[in-house]
Parts: sequence; structure tokens; C-alpha cells
Amino acid sequence: MPVWLTEREYLVLRAACAQMMPSDQGAPGAEEAGVADYIDTLLGAFTFDPPRIWAGGPTSGRKGGEAGFINFNPLSTLDELAWRMRIEGSLGLPEREFNGPVVGLQEKYRQGLASLGADFAEVDGAEQERRLRADEGFCDLLYGHCCEGMYGAPEYGGNRDGIGWAYIGRDGDVQPRGYSDEDVSGP
Amino acid sequence: MTDAIVIGSGPGGSTAAEVLTRAGWSVVIMEKGRNHLLDPSDLTKPASDYSNDEIKFMVRHFLGPDPLIEPRAFRRSADEGEHTHVGEVNSIPTTVGGGGTHADGKVPRFREEDFRLLSTYGPQEDAHVADWPLTYDELEPFYTEVEKAIGVSGRAGANPFAAWRSGPYPMPPGAPMYGAVLSAAAAERVGLHPYEAPTAANSIAYDGRPACNNCGFCAFYGCPIHAKGDPVALLTKTMATGRAELMAETYVSRIRIEGRRATGVDYIGPDGVERSMDAGVVIVAGGAIETPRLLLQSGLEHPALGRHLMVHFQTIMVGHFKDLRLHPHKGRSVTHVHDDAMIQDDRARAAAAEANLPWIRGGLVEHAGGGFPIGEARYLPWGRAHAPAMRDAQMSEHMWVFIMQGEDLPYPTNAVDLSPSIRDARGFPVARITYKPGRHELAASKHHGGILQSVLEEMGADWTIHTSSPGVPEFGDRASGIPESRHVIGTARMGDDPATSVVDRWSRVHTLDNLVLADSSVFVTSTGYGPTLTLVALAARAAHHLAGTAPG
Repeated sequence: MPVWLTEREYLVLRAACAQMMPSDQGAPGAEEAGVADYIDTLLGAFTFDPPRIWAGGPTSGRKGGEAGFINFNPLSTLDELAWRMRIEGSLGLPEREFNGPVVGLQEKYRQGLASLGADFAEVDGAEQERRLRADEGFCDLLYGHCCEGMYGAPEYGGNRDGIGWAYIGRDGDVQPRGYSDEDVSGP
Repeated sequence: MTDAIVIGSGPGGSTAAEVLTRAGWSVVIMEKGRNHLLDPSDLTKPASDYSNDEIKFMVRHFLGPDPLIEPRAFRRSADEGEHTHVGEVNSIPTTVGGGGTHADGKVPRFREEDFRLLSTYGPQEDAHVADWPLTYDELEPFYTEVEKAIGVSGRAGANPFAAWRSGPYPMPPGAPMYGAVLSAAAAERVGLHPYEAPTAANSIAYDGRPACNNCGFCAFYGCPIHAKGDPVALLTKTMATGRAELMAETYVSRIRIEGRRATGVDYIGPDGVERSMDAGVVIVAGGAIETPRLLLQSGLEHPALGRHLMVHFQTIMVGHFKDLRLHPHKGRSVTHVHDDAMIQDDRARAAAAEANLPWIRGGLVEHAGGGFPIGEARYLPWGRAHAPAMRDAQMSEHMWVFIMQGEDLPYPTNAVDLSPSIRDARGFPVARITYKPGRHELAASKHHGGILQSVLEEMGADWTIHTSSPGVPEFGDRASGIPESRHVIGTARMGDDPATSVVDRWSRVHTLDNLVLADSSVFVTSTGYGPTLTLVALAARAAHHLAGTAPG
């Protein structure tokens, strides 16, 4: 079950992410990494308490230490204002429109996914690519989020089991282990 | 009544607070950002909020400011109208610890001639080149004091151009990065003088904090193990005196001024309620953008206030090495630098003459690599080409970069003032930045960029690219020219003449007996060095002067 998107929107989003980052020749794609879940979690960040904005610290547990990333940071009043503006938009509320209206990510995704078409997941790849390229603004937004969902910390909902890092040979977060002086200075 | 209110908890404000509380003063530190640096249950210890997390630090504004809450306005020049951009502009963190939290801690000292640029080199058209009202020799004891306080690793004598120093660095250098070993060797082969960067990250356990373990999340990240000492070392010491109160999420909206005195501040706390507090002395340490903003908002007037903004016009020379894997994600972001671009030689003189300038100076050159995965991915295409391109890691494994922190001259037209229309979430006018590089910066970038290109070629580069930060149309770049160096300098310059400078040689506002600035806003010139250690030394000097104490 998606957190914020409708089932149909979620299917379209998954297909769009898979078009941007396909599983191909041994490379994991957006589908295996759960990139759509990353985006859905961001859009629905305020359905969690604390909201899923900033993962905790100082370690994830993947390289030793405790699993602190899962303890998301609580937001201050102003942090919440900022992230509600960014995600929900200003919604005509005066306290969010001190510099004019703000269009939120939820609206951008609702409109962007709608413009890809409800049948997006069923059309062929060439048609999917054509529709994505037709909306440059949404395409840029979506690709940026795909990058975050593929290569960001798994606690945000994507990069499942670090699959994105593993494919590109990166370790992700490395505290408290770090690297040895030999790792740093040698080839 | 508290002896002093310090506005801003970054390196400058923390240093002032540490010196004053050590001397027995009571201090209230007001910081508009959140506290992610000190343990909320014991402010004498560091917190555990920082992490190796690219989303949190590079994408989601964890260290602030959030551009929706406190944006800035930008234009390249007054000809462009009110502004051309609203959002992030050179946003140093707004958080307890300020810019010290996200910096990778390179803390070079200035050199003797940096304090007397006018008398050493002479004037430049359109720029207000001037000497500082103090010398390197006067500042040296304070450099020494603050290097010990924050913990600096380095090797005395490694830089042949360095100013004299009264003692060794507190710690030896940390592990050199592989790419820097290669680029430093290449630089030496073409006659340059690279050396281990003086770095405020522990190479050994120091002052109760552990040695850096090379995690690589250094520049732009808070240190999860607090091996970076600036300013956590100063703040924990300050809090341990029992004479300081730290008020985070506390926004100073106005400094109250009566006659020749600052009587206190108006502030808005985390509950959103506006209150006032009186103090014997008010110290402003908001950085060279937020400090003039607050002074202007408080009704202070001076023809030089907000003027001479300098940001270090950065020359970026990228080399590509198809056969090397440089792994710059291991280590402390930058381990080697060189000063040669600030030294006059025949080539620099010829380049200046060719550009019809009396002289040019470049800046400190950092030997660096780069590329966290999300950042690299954004440069790459989507579709079938994406995964193979990421796996090739052309940016993060095969590129090596020289970043020159080019000296910006102090132009009166590069400035900070209050935006006529853009407000922050609390309803106050935000800072508007007007900035573009002048002929000097462009000529210096072109000349020294060429030398850096030759180093990369000596190192074996397949190809090189010369660009700048900000990207500018003068170099054929379509970028908007918005600076993002995080070095913000000038806007309330120091001097002996109250007609041409905002603060005196003790960083005190000429027209007010008890208002002191403790950040890089007081700099007269920008030099080509990161401003942190010098602003910290100046803050220590100003605070010792207030307290009647000596450095040590």
C-alpha cells in the first residue's frame, strides 16, 4: 500500500521510475531499489511521527554502531512549516504565503503523474519515454528524486538493502568504521 | 543583566563567548538555527545528530537555512532590477555551530602582506583596496591561541610562503589522499609548492575528541564523531564554565540602540513570542551577510555598511584520468593545497599587464576530488545509459579538481542590503546580495587556471575543463552567477577612519561604544584564503580586548 499516492498513481510512478532507471544487464533498477517508495514516503512524510524528513544519527548500524538512522529527527515549528510548504504547498494559508503561493510536491506529482496517463504502466517503453520527455519540468523533478531514491540512505524508503550503492561499488555511510590511512593514501 | 549577548554561535561567536566566559563574564548566546551540535541533555558534550547521509545534508537542508523559511535575493548588478533570483545564495549553515559545522576545516593563516595589500601592491580601479588597521604580527598570538583551541593539524615549514609562526601546529597532518599524493607530485614537477593543508580535524585524539577516521563525509557534512573541532570545542568549553546560556531557535530581530550604546536586543524565541533582553555588550557574529542585514534592520547607517562583499571567485580546473581510480570519498575532502597563485612572479605580472591591470592575485589552490552518488547521478542521463555511467563513476573516481579560492577585490558595488519585497517566515526583510566578479578576478582566474591545467596534464589528464563558481557569462557560462562558495567576507570593514570603515581595530562599531562584530564582515580584503581561522583569531582578539585579558 502506498503511503500517500493512490494505487493507480503508484503504478504509474513505478513505471516512470523504471523507465528512468531500468533493470538492465545485471544492473539493479528503480524497481528493485524501491525508488517509488522513496518518493511516496517523501510525499507522505507527515503521515509518520516524527515526519520522515531527516534520518537520525550518528550511525546506521551497517558498518557497526547502533541503528540510529531509523530514529528520524523531530522537526521544530519552523522546520515543519518549511516542509509542509514544500510537500503540501501553501494551500492559500497566509502563514505559508509570506512570499506568495508555493506549489507543493504533492500537487506537482498528482499533476505530473496524471499527465503521463493512467495507462502509462501498460504502454510500451518507447511511448513511456516519449510521454516523460514531453513534460520537462516534471521529468527533472522526478529524475532528481530517482537519484535520491536509488543512492540515498535506505532509511528514506529507497535504495533497498543498499542495492544502489553495491552496484556502483560505494559503501554508503561508513561510520563508525571509516577508512584506514592505507585506504586513503594508496591506489 | 548579562555581561554580553552574542548573536550567532558559529566559529566567531563561539570564540568570543569562550574567551569572555573564561574571563569570568556571563554570556547569552542567541542562535536562530537549531541545536544539532550539542547534547541537549548536557550542553558540555557533543550531540549525535550528524551522520553520513547525503539526503539529509546535501538535499534536505538539515543544517539550514531552509530557503523557504529564510531565502535570500540575488542580482548581479543594480542594472538587473530588484532581483533575478530568490532562494539559496551562498547559504552558510544556520544552526548551532554555524559554518564551522559543515566546513571541511581547512584553516590556513593569512600572510603578512595580506594585511597591507594597498601598500604592498597599490590601488586597483573600481575597488577600494586598503591596508588593515592591524598587522600579522599583532594577530599571531591569537592565531596560536585559536589553533590550539579548535585543534589544527599541519606541518610547520611545509609551505615555503607561509607567514612566521611562534610554534608548531598542535597536531601532525592526517593521512594524505591518494589523488592529492599524485597531484602534489605533479605540482612539484612544474615548480609549484604544495603542502599538507592546515586542517581543523584531529589527526590524533585531541582535547577529548577522537582522531578523524577518514569517513569522507567532511565538506558540507557535520562530523558524526566530532573529530572536527571548530566550533564544537569552543562551545563545549563555554558551556562548561557555567557562565553561558545557549538560546537556540532564537532570532534577533533588532539590536536596541540608545545614543552611543547598544542596550540589548529584541528577539523571537522558539515559541514565536517577541521579547527583549538587556546586556552590557552586544556582539554580532552572523557572518558577512546576516550581520549587515541585522545592523541595517536595527537602523544603523554607514556608507560602508553592507559594501565590499567578497566571496572568493572560485576557479575550478577539472582533469579526467581514465586509467586511475582516485577514490576521493575516502579521507577528509582536501589534504593538500598550494599558495603559488598568490605569489607574484613574471608570469603573473605579464598576465596582469595583458589584462591592463596593475597586478593580479589568485588564491589558495585546493587539491580535491569529488562526487557523492546522488550528486553524480544528477549529472548523468536517465534511461539505459544511467546504470553503466554510474558504475563507470567518471566523476567520482576519475576526476581530480583544483579549486582556487580567488581573491575578490573589495568593490563598493558588490553588496548586501535589505530586500524591498522578500520576507522571511517571521516577517522581516531578507538579505539581498548584489555580486559579480570584476576584471581582476576574471583575469586572475584565466591566468592561474592555465597553470593549474598544466599541472593536471603533468599528472596525466586525458582532458581538462576550466570553469568557475559562480559560473558567469564572462566565461561563456549560461549560469546565473549566484555565488555558492560559502566564504562570505567584508560588508562592515575595519579601519582607523570612521568615515570609510564601520568598525575600529578592535572590531567595535565606531559610533557605538559596546557593539562588537565577531565574524568575517570586518575583513578589509578577502585574500585568497578561507576566512575561518582569521575571523576566529579576530574574534578572540576583540573579546580579549573587552575582557582586558591576554591570549594564552
